[in-house]
Amino acid sequence: MTILFAVFLLSLLVIIAVAIIRAENLFVALMLTTIFSLLMATNFFILDAADVALTEAAIGAGITTVIFLGALALTSEHEKPFVAVPWLALPVVAVTAALLIFASFDNPRLGDPEAPIHQHVVPWYLEQTPKLVDIPNVVTAILGSFRAFDTLGEVFVIFAACIGVLFLLSARKPSETRCTAPASVGLSQHLIPKVAGRFILPFIILFGFYVQFHGDFGPGGGFQAGAIVATGLILFALLEGEERALRAFPRWIMMAMAAGGALLYALVGVAGIAMGGKFLDYSVLSSDPIAGQHLGILLIEAGVGITVCGSLLLIFHAFAARESF
Amino acid sequence: MELLGYYNYWVFAVVLCLGLYTVITRNNLIKKLLGLSIFQSAVFLLYITMDKVDGGTAPIIQKGVSDPIFSNPLPQVLILTAIVVGVSTTALGLAIVVRIKESYGSIEEDDILARDSEL
Repeated sequence: MTILFAVFLLSLLVIIAVAIIRAENLFVALMLTTIFSLLMATNFFILDAADVALTEAAIGAGITTVIFLGALALTSEHEKPFVAVPWLALPVVAVTAALLIFASFDNPRLGDPEAPIHQHVVPWYLEQTPKLVDIPNVVTAILGSFRAFDTLGEVFVIFAACIGVLFLLSARKPSETRCTAPASVGLSQHLIPKVAGRFILPFIILFGFYVQFHGDFGPGGGFQAGAIVATGLILFALLEGEERALRAFPRWIMMAMAAGGALLYALVGVAGIAMGGKFLDYSVLSSDPIAGQHLGILLIEAGVGITVCGSLLLIFHAFAARESF
Repeated sequence: MELLGYYNYWVFAVVLCLGLYTVITRNNLIKKLLGLSIFQSAVFLLYITMDKVDGGTAPIIQKGVSDPIFSNPLPQVLILTAIVVGVSTTALGLAIVVRIKESYGSIEEDDILARDSEL
């Protein structure tokens, strides 16, 4: 039964992708992309990847849409009707698809327990997680402890991308950026978004914190939590307008968050060296190695959450504050 | 029924190529970025497809469950971080598009190329 449901959802995914390509209005294409992301999140969930589904739903469907909307507001929502499609494009793409489908028959089928990917290092992770790290969520254990160096790199990539966006979009002086009249600010005249938004806002933030601190025990962690909290604060900015949002949550706090979280992560690693272990080895952080692992994962997850939240907010405000051309 | 086990891979191939087709054929830069994110999602789907084990469940250890079957956590870790990195890089791309619009007055590739050749 589940497999039929999965086939249905996957087919829907292809249909939506075709619709995105055919849509000439970019706003329509963007809304379809949001549906695409939600479908993708459902598919991830069916494939047992609860953490990834949560991330895709919060980021793919939430944050990405808002950032694209910000960019659309600064450019234009109509695509110029295209004159000529390069004739070679369709055959090239069709041949690529045919080759990929042909190659798929060499793959292990879906769910095959004998597949090579399940043999190599993963049984070790599953076996050692209760002994070495002792937290229930193996995904968090690998992300935060076994492969913490990888994750450190990812956090710095996010930080670097955020800096890049800020460099590109705040080239002019802040005084020249947009200053909308207070009357037309945000969605404050629209009753339903205002009432509903104010009502759900605290719950979004609370859920974000739950996902942050429950990430050791269930699906969740810093990446998802940072995105969810950022979504809540972006909702506040949409409801109350750019100016009030920046007064409530000034830009320097976001900058401190984006830099401070990544720094906290790296410092936990250095603390490991200082206390006689290796870089990002948490076992030495406390007299009991397991307690040290718990402390280390808690701290680096907090660092991840803070950086992701700060960076996404900075990116959103960089687009929102840019003067419409 | 045996063939349905490959359906995920076919959807991956088709969605990937739809994304590629958008990037190749569309002149609008934002549409190109949308195509790129479709392409990216297809790759995520491939990785997550590989993590599934028959009868498995999400890799969260529960006390008192003997001999649990877990799906593979490693691809999940890789893709989880990749999604967040993906949104940051998309934002960087959009920032460049916004700057192009401000300099050229258009986000259509042929207009931009035409203006470049005038200079």
